[in-house]
Amino acid sequence: MSSGTVIIIAGILVAVACSLLGAFLVLRKMSMMADAISHAILPGLVAGFFFANGPNLLAGFLGAALAALLTVSLVEAIQKSGRVANDSAIGIVFPAMFALGTALVSRFFANVHLDADAILYGNIEFSAQDTLLINGLNLGPQSFWVMGTLLLINLLFVTLFYKELKIATFDPGLATTLGFSPQVIHYGLMAVVSLTAVGAFTAVGAVLTVALMIVPAATAYLLTHNLKVMMGLAAAVGALSAIFGYYMAVVIDTSIAGSITTIAGLLFGLALVFSPTQGILARTIQLQRQRLYFATETLVIHLHTHENTAIAENESRIDHLTKELRWKPDFAQRIVQNALQKEYVVRVNGHLALTEAGRTFAEQEN
Amino acid sequence: MIELLRDLIFDYTLRNVALGSALLGIVSGALGTFAVLRRQGLLGDALAHAALPGICLAFMITGEKTPILLMLGAAVTGWLGTLTLMYIIRHTALDEDAALGIVLSVFFGFGIVLLTLLQRSGNANQAGLDKYLFGQAATLVAENVTTMAILGTLALSVVIILYKEFKLITFDPSFAASIGFGASWVSVLLTFLIVIAIVIGLQTVGVVLMAAMLIGPAAAARQWTNRLDHMIMLSAAFGALSGVGGALVSISESGLPTGPMIILVLTLFVILSFTFGSARGLFWEWLHNRNRTLTPPPEVV
Repeated sequence: MSSGTVIIIAGILVAVACSLLGAFLVLRKMSMMADAISHAILPGLVAGFFFANGPNLLAGFLGAALAALLTVSLVEAIQKSGRVANDSAIGIVFPAMFALGTALVSRFFANVHLDADAILYGNIEFSAQDTLLINGLNLGPQSFWVMGTLLLINLLFVTLFYKELKIATFDPGLATTLGFSPQVIHYGLMAVVSLTAVGAFTAVGAVLTVALMIVPAATAYLLTHNLKVMMGLAAAVGALSAIFGYYMAVVIDTSIAGSITTIAGLLFGLALVFSPTQGILARTIQLQRQRLYFATETLVIHLHTHENTAIAENESRIDHLTKELRWKPDFAQRIVQNALQKEYVVRVNGHLALTEAGRTFAEQEN
Repeated sequence: MIELLRDLIFDYTLRNVALGSALLGIVSGALGTFAVLRRQGLLGDALAHAALPGICLAFMITGEKTPILLMLGAAVTGWLGTLTLMYIIRHTALDEDAALGIVLSVFFGFGIVLLTLLQRSGNANQAGLDKYLFGQAATLVAENVTTMAILGTLALSVVIILYKEFKLITFDPSFAASIGFGASWVSVLLTFLIVIAIVIGLQTVGVVLMAAMLIGPAAAARQWTNRLDHMIMLSAAFGALSGVGGALVSISESGLPTGPMIILVLTLFVILSFTFGSARGLFWEWLHNRNRTLTPPPEVV
């Protein structure tokens, strides 16, 4: 297998594992908690490596999981104490943990297995070189095993507890009534998020882990409100980002992790513009349509009000509309055109007269 | 100690470092007060991360590392990040948290792409741009400090002039809107000042941890007082002390990036304040509760 293929597959595994959980993080409004966790695991990872005398993956996972647990409980304790607002609690805890981790790395591990760059970029570039050896047996790239296991755990978690996760997310009250605690689901989710964050951290670094958790899921949320479809779409967006991100990085010779995030951001941007329900384009078109409808309605009701009065003829001249309704001439033209087309009005000797359909429309809307 | 004081005044590098980090601490401490009280602390996080591509783009366009140009680039993309954030929150089903996560990670990822491009371009002049990730106080020279001082004075002057307005939109935005002054305009200005505070600190603290310099000092100051003016001054003091303390530790030990050191010193202030803060300290509350349980009210006895 070429090293490019290995990197792409590793990238897809990371991205899909992250985006599956991301769907729930986005829906539960916990995106910044994920950000906090992915930063705060650093000192745990370093401590694990320190006690294992080297980059032992298991020790790293253990330390990172403990650090994640500490972070979640600290943030929740500060929030519960009511001393500061919720967002400040997150903003106090994770920078402290991340600063501690960075200082430890620069002091003790500089340029060994984990340097300041790897913290931010990860080292997915080297995923082809790190092979898993057990008893001298070459079992293929280590990243496949690590990320594959995490993906499997996440898949099991979201399929086995799909119903519970769904109810706890959308209706925590109902979850309690049905006899299972939303708190347990909350901590379960936090636990798998932490494990996934450790795996993703080593591949793409702290900040980009958040990108893979949040951005594909958020993109999917712009396109659908069906949870299953959302998870599928999020996984697809994640995988596409990994594939195109790799090629972008190769073509312009830059960081793979950064490119994956950039592609994910571009896909989000596309959804933001073209989403059929929430996209900028759809909203603009809808706004235009509503303006046209409302203005036509105004015109017809205006004509209806003055119909059969002494000033009717004057009130129904097109050039009078610009004065009375304060429309710009070309806008007035457009509205009159629209009303003519819909056969609400007809032209009679240079002024407008309501048709039967126009009269009915005015009465029904008035 | 005496020697350190003498060096602080007479040693060129040390004086710049101390002045620069004190300045950034004062400005981010003062403006962070409003950010924290308005629950916009994490907005600073997104802004600071969004500054990275701006720094790289400014260098790519001009080919120079003039501080004011890099700061301008940082402010432009930081502002762009804020606009994106506001758009996502207002016009989509996504909540503020998701919007923050998206803006900070995507802008930062793009920044990493640009930074790596520059590093592999072979342009020797780009060396040092990566110091903007975790900050390096030792790179502060007199020119930086002057720029920081001018921007900082401007930002603080605006806070003093518009103190009443800022106070009103912080505590009662709907009342501010109802008495008819441009609450949204004041709010935009306040956000813009926060961008300036971040930009001032980027070289010393770095984009990754800069947000903590907005949140930490203000959160610590909040535990000592219930008055806004006192809180701003205390917060500025905590910011300045952490800035100078962290910067001095960082340049005395070679290889330690400055940002993490400043944040660790700041965390000490935060822990002390949460425990012993005279207005809301947890220790006093614990003591109070303990005394209450130890001496039951007389009618029970």
